[in-house]
Amino acid sequence: MSFVLVQVIVGGLLLGAVYALFSSGLTLVWGMMNIVNFAHGDFVMLGMYVAYVVYTLMGGGPILGAPLATLVLATLGVVVYFALIRDIMKGPMLAQILGTFGLALLLRYSVFWWFGANFLSMPQDIVGGTYAFAGLRIEASRLLAGVVALLVTFGLHLLLTRTSLGSKMLAVAEDATAAQLMGIRPDTMQAIAWAIAAGATGLAGALIANFFYIVPTVGETLAIVAFVTVSLGGFGSVPGALVAGLLIGVIESLSGYLIGAVYKDIVVYVLFLFFLWFRPQGLMGKM
Amino acid sequence: MTLKHVTGLLCAAAMSLALAAGARAEDKVVKIGVIMPMSGGTASIGAHAKAAIEVAMDIINNAHPELGNLPLAKNAGLAGLGGARIEAVFADNQGNPATGQNQALRLITEEKVAAVFGAYQSGITLTSSAIAEKYGIPYLNSESVAANLTERGFKWFFRTTPIATDFAKIYVDFLSDLRAQGIKTDAIALVHDNTEYGASVANTISTAFKEKGQPIAVDVAYPVNATDVQGQVLQLKDKKPDVIIMISYTSDAILFAKTMQSLDYKPPVLLADDAGYSDPSFIKAVGKISQGVFNRSSWAVGPSGSPSAIIADMYKKKSGEEMDDTVGRQMQGFFVLADAIDRAGSTEPAKIQAALKATDLKPEQLMMGYKGVKFDDKGQNVLASGLIIQLQDGENYVAVWPKASAEKAPMLPYKGW
Repeated sequence: MSFVLVQVIVGGLLLGAVYALFSSGLTLVWGMMNIVNFAHGDFVMLGMYVAYVVYTLMGGGPILGAPLATLVLATLGVVVYFALIRDIMKGPMLAQILGTFGLALLLRYSVFWWFGANFLSMPQDIVGGTYAFAGLRIEASRLLAGVVALLVTFGLHLLLTRTSLGSKMLAVAEDATAAQLMGIRPDTMQAIAWAIAAGATGLAGALIANFFYIVPTVGETLAIVAFVTVSLGGFGSVPGALVAGLLIGVIESLSGYLIGAVYKDIVVYVLFLFFLWFRPQGLMGKM
Repeated sequence: MTLKHVTGLLCAAAMSLALAAGARAEDKVVKIGVIMPMSGGTASIGAHAKAAIEVAMDIINNAHPELGNLPLAKNAGLAGLGGARIEAVFADNQGNPATGQNQALRLITEEKVAAVFGAYQSGITLTSSAIAEKYGIPYLNSESVAANLTERGFKWFFRTTPIATDFAKIYVDFLSDLRAQGIKTDAIALVHDNTEYGASVANTISTAFKEKGQPIAVDVAYPVNATDVQGQVLQLKDKKPDVIIMISYTSDAILFAKTMQSLDYKPPVLLADDAGYSDPSFIKAVGKISQGVFNRSSWAVGPSGSPSAIIADMYKKKSGEEMDDTVGRQMQGFFVLADAIDRAGSTEPAKIQAALKATDLKPEQLMMGYKGVKFDDKGQNVLASGLIIQLQDGENYVAVWPKASAEKAPMLPYKGW
C-alpha cells in the first residue's frame, strides 16, 4: 500500500514538473507585459506538431525535435509580438483578451486544416522506454521532461536575475518609459521576452509529445492547468511556477488515487482558492 | 419578327423542354434527406458518413449482382418504383440540435424529401426527428444510442442500431461464456468518463450485471479529456479485477493505453465499449500496445469475396479510410430505409411508414452482424445485436464471439504490448 503511494507521489512530481515546464513561458509574458496569452496552450500544441513532423519526416527523436521546436516557436513568438501584441497592448484589456484568443483559434484551426482531426502519437520508446527501479516505474520520456523543466526554470531565473539582458527586461516590465530614457529599447526587450517565452513553450510541447497524444485541440486541455499553475506560483515568478506545478501535480495524483479521479479537480481548486484567499499574489509573486 | 422575339421564343421552347425533361427525371428520383455533422468538432464523422451513403447509393442505383442477397443490389434502382434512383440530399447539423431541427424542416418543406435519415449525435436526432413526426415523414436513425429516443411514443421514428441495453446484454453473455471456458470473470471493474455517454452506459452495464447476481466490484470514474490517469491505473493495479470494461472517448483511451504500459499493468481481460477504441486513430496511435483488447461492434469485414468485404473495399476506395462500425451501421440503416421505400412502391409517407413497420430482414440480407431487422411498436429494431471483436496481430479487429460469426478464437489473457 505505502509502496503504491510512493509511486503515486513520484508520478505526481514528474507530472508537476511538466506542468511547470509548460507554464514558464506563460508566466514570463504575463509578468513582463501584463498580457494574458490565451494562445499559450496552442503554442504547446504547435511544439508537439513540430516534434511529430521531425519524427515522421526525418525519423528524428527529441534530440532533433526539441531544439527545432524551440527555434520555430521562438521565431513565431517574435512574429506574433510585432504583428499583433505590440498593437493590442495599447488597447483596452478586452482587446488583448480577444486578440490572443483569436490567435489561439487561428493556430488551432490551421493545424486542423493541415493535419486533420485525427489523434497522433509518438512511439512509446522514443526516449528509451521505462526504468524499473526497486519496483518503482519511471518513464524515460517523463523523466527527461522533468529534468528539462528544472533546467529551464533555473536558466530563466538566472537570465532574469543575473544578466544585463535580464535586468533590461525587468526594467521594461517595471516602467517602459523610464527604461527608454535610460537607453533601453522596450520593443526589442519585449520581442526578446516573447521569443524566450514562446521558445520555452515550444520546447515543452516537443517534450510532452513524447508521452501524450497529439491533436489540434490538445492546447485546450493543457492551457487551464498552465493558468492555474501561474496564478498559484505568482504572476511573473518562474521559480514560483515550478513549485506550484510540483504542488499541483502531487495533489492531483494523491487525491486522484485516494479519493477518486472525478474529485481530484475539486480538491485542487478548493486548495487553490483557499490559498489565494490568504496570499492573493501567489506563492512567490510580488504584491 | 425581330431577332429579340426569335431569341425569346427559342428560350421559352428550351425552357419548356428542360422542364419536361426535369419532370420526367423527377418521377424517377426518390429524395432522402441526410442530416449529419459536416462541420464542427465531429466533422470527420460527417465526412465518413457522406462517403458511406454515397457507396450505399452506388449499390442501390447500379446493378451489383456480386453482393448476393443484399436487397436492391442486384438490379439498378428501385424495382418497386420502376427503377427509380435514390438521391441523398445532405444537410449539415453543425453539431447543434437547433441547426439539425432547422435542417429537418428545410429538407421536408423545401426539398420535399420522401424520408429523413440522421443525425449521428443523440441530441440532434432528438430534435430533428420531432419535426419529421410533426409533418408525418418517416425518420430513420442508424447510430444514436440514447435509450429515450424510442420512448417518446413517436409513430414515424425508426431505429436500426443496437442501444446501450443491447450492449450490456452482449457483455453479460460474452463473459459468462468465458467463465464456462474456465476463465475467471468474477470481479469486474468499470472505467468510464463523466459525460452523458460514459455515465449512462456505465449505469446500464452495472444494472445488467447486478440483475445476473454479479454486482460491479470496482467503479472508476474520471473527468473527460484527462491530463493524467496514473492514479486510476494504480487503483486498478491495486484492486486486481478479473475484467475491466472501458467506456472512453479517443483521447482518454489513448492516455489509458500509454499509462498502462508505463506502469506495467495488464488486466487479464480488457473489454472496451466501442467509442474511442473503434476510432481508426486509436489503433494507429496505440494499437501496438493494446493487443488483445476486446471491443463491441456490429461490423465484421468477413472473408474476402463476401458482400461485407466487397462493401468495405468500395468504402475504402471512396474515403481512403478503413470501414468501421459507425459507418457500417449508417450504411445498413440507409439500406433498410431504401428497401422499405422499394416495397412501398411509392413515395407517399404513409405507405413508406407501413413498409418500415412490415420490415423483416434476415441476417443473410444484411451487411452488419444484426440478427435481422424488425421494428417493435416504438420503432426500435428488436433484432439489433452486436458481436465481440478483438485486436489481434497488429492493427485489425477480428470477430471472436459469438462462435457462429467468429473468424478467430478469443486470445487470452490480454497481451498488451
